[in-house]
Amino acid sequence: MGLETKAGDLGVVTTSLEYVVNWGRTNAMWPLLFGLACCAIEMMGAQSPNYDMSRFGMEINRASPRQADLMIVAGRVSRKMAPVVRRLYDQMSEPKWVVAMGDCASCGGIFNNYAIVQGVDEIVPVDVYVAGCPPRPEALIDGIMMLHEKVKREKISGIKEQPLRLEQPLIQQVDVKKYG
Amino acid sequence: MDNQTIRDRLQAQFPQAILAVSERFGDLSVTLRREDLLAVVTWLRDHPEVPYDFLEHLSGVDYLGRTPRFEVVIHLMSLRYLHRICLKVTAPEDDPHVPSLTPLYPTANYQERETWDLLGIVFDGHPSLQRILMPDDWIGHPQRKDHPLGEEEVAFTFNQERIYAQKPFAKE
Repeated sequence: MGLETKAGDLGVVTTSLEYVVNWGRTNAMWPLLFGLACCAIEMMGAQSPNYDMSRFGMEINRASPRQADLMIVAGRVSRKMAPVVRRLYDQMSEPKWVVAMGDCASCGGIFNNYAIVQGVDEIVPVDVYVAGCPPRPEALIDGIMMLHEKVKREKISGIKEQPLRLEQPLIQQVDVKKYG
Repeated sequence: MDNQTIRDRLQAQFPQAILAVSERFGDLSVTLRREDLLAVVTWLRDHPEVPYDFLEHLSGVDYLGRTPRFEVVIHLMSLRYLHRICLKVTAPEDDPHVPSLTPLYPTANYQERETWDLLGIVFDGHPSLQRILMPDDWIGHPQRKDHPLGEEEVAFTFNQERIYAQKPFAKE
């Protein structure tokens, strides 16, 4: 079943509503126009002709949160900025997704102090974290493609899937006696 | 206009107000008594020959462990002669009050607010000494050397279970 399956030459396509809705949401995402720090430069680079994020259905950022459904938190969020970011998120229309771009938005990054929120997931629910300081435009586009895959798996009931967690550490314990 | 002339004039006009004078790399800096700051700055600003008509910069320093602990550094500039003078005023820890320069130079307004916000030096006579960089409900003055840095433990794979259990994640 799917869009590829056509019934003869009648022009009839059989698919599921879930698939069509998610497909539409994936290919017409509107990012919110705001940047907080140096990651915003890379975000602008990702939308420039060199990297061209519009290949994936994101032509321009919307300056109004009411017309946007994707929030790319590009940069560190200071404690004074946190209520503003949350307010922007609250003003966005459902359904909405959040990409934490860069180390600072993901976990505080190098700014481990009183002034910076240690990860934007303390104030808004984050769907995809993009690592890098700042991430290259390819990394951001990869994160957004990952978000597209996540959106395609969404259920029509609106229940979001649980986050994926690593079951075991990436680096295994090194035997000190053996390798010195 | 050279430093020696300004120095001699200041010494002649305010012999009791000047605590120390230093000149390094051609920059003149004068440490003043706190009570005489307004008089000296007013005199410098309204001087008929060399009016220091521009307040370039005002900030504070925290010398933790020294008495007096705080210091306010003011850079004045004469746009006519392109000459700078640096004024320093000290304030002890238990009485961190310095007269405000906002009535003389309106541009001192925000810089004094910032100095108060981050270091807790109170500028007497400031029209509205409110927080400017930190959130309004912030407690403390974060650029004091004894202010805690407020760092949090970094989550790695081996300790993420414990940290994520306490971290306030946003729910929708």
